[in-house]
Amino acid sequence: MENHPKTFTKVKSYVPFHGPCDPCPPIGRKYYRTPPNLYVGFQQPSLPQFSPAEALMKGTLWPVFYDFYENPYKKRRV
Amino acid sequence: MWTYEKKLQYPVKVSTCNPTLAKFLMEQYGGADGELAAALRYLNQRYTIPEKVIGLLTDIGTEEFAHLEMIATMIYKLTKDATPDQLREAGLGEHYVAHDSALFYSNAAGVPFTAAYIQAKGDPIADLYEDIAAEEKARATYQWIIDMSDDPDLNDSLRFLREREIIHSQRFREAVEILKEERDRKKVF
Repeated sequence: MENHPKTFTKVKSYVPFHGPCDPCPPIGRKYYRTPPNLYVGFQQPSLPQFSPAEALMKGTLWPVFYDFYENPYKKRRV
Repeated sequence: MWTYEKKLQYPVKVSTCNPTLAKFLMEQYGGADGELAAALRYLNQRYTIPEKVIGLLTDIGTEEFAHLEMIATMIYKLTKDATPDQLREAGLGEHYVAHDSALFYSNAAGVPFTAAYIQAKGDPIADLYEDIAAEEKARATYQWIIDMSDDPDLNDSLRFLREREIIHSQRFREAVEILKEERDRKKVF
């Protein structure tokens, strides 16, 4: 936990193998989430805070832990 | 002892009549990684965990019941005005036969809740690691429900619940760090 990076991405992706005998069109890129709690370690004091009203809506007081989620495959939906 | 506030932790608004979403949401109601399993797991494990982290399990276990209440509200709103035909179309025909539109603790596939979903091993690290895993699994379940849902208002509430899973996981990870700390060693923050 001591060596956690200062910056990190919250989404990772990879392209799964697609063979000639696979029946469906390839999904292309496959995504997975790596939220902030994997990187931050024991929370340091004096981190920036949301306003109380904003925090109640966002589900956390701390911007460092906020992670908005959206369906990563939405564009492909036909 | 608990006190009850007659309001939801976060507003629940459902903008589309889509009973199929209620079926999906039941995974978080009576499923293996659902809110009921979480609440019962933490509130039970806390008796045999070092004092320093009992309060954390109490707080998070209590909050899980507030989440359970939100999920219940979503399911209720999505099914309360549905006819038997609509419920059958939504894949809830079997549910209707046994329960009418009453809520029941089963998962999205209709499997009833069981205590076998949760564990209390008595080993603090084993228990906290299970709790971390449970939070990540619940976070993933919320993601997959959001992926399946077209309801922007429902997704807003689900995003709040997903964020809480991240925070709970963070706090359980910190609890592990507290228990790893060498006893009686001077530490400065």
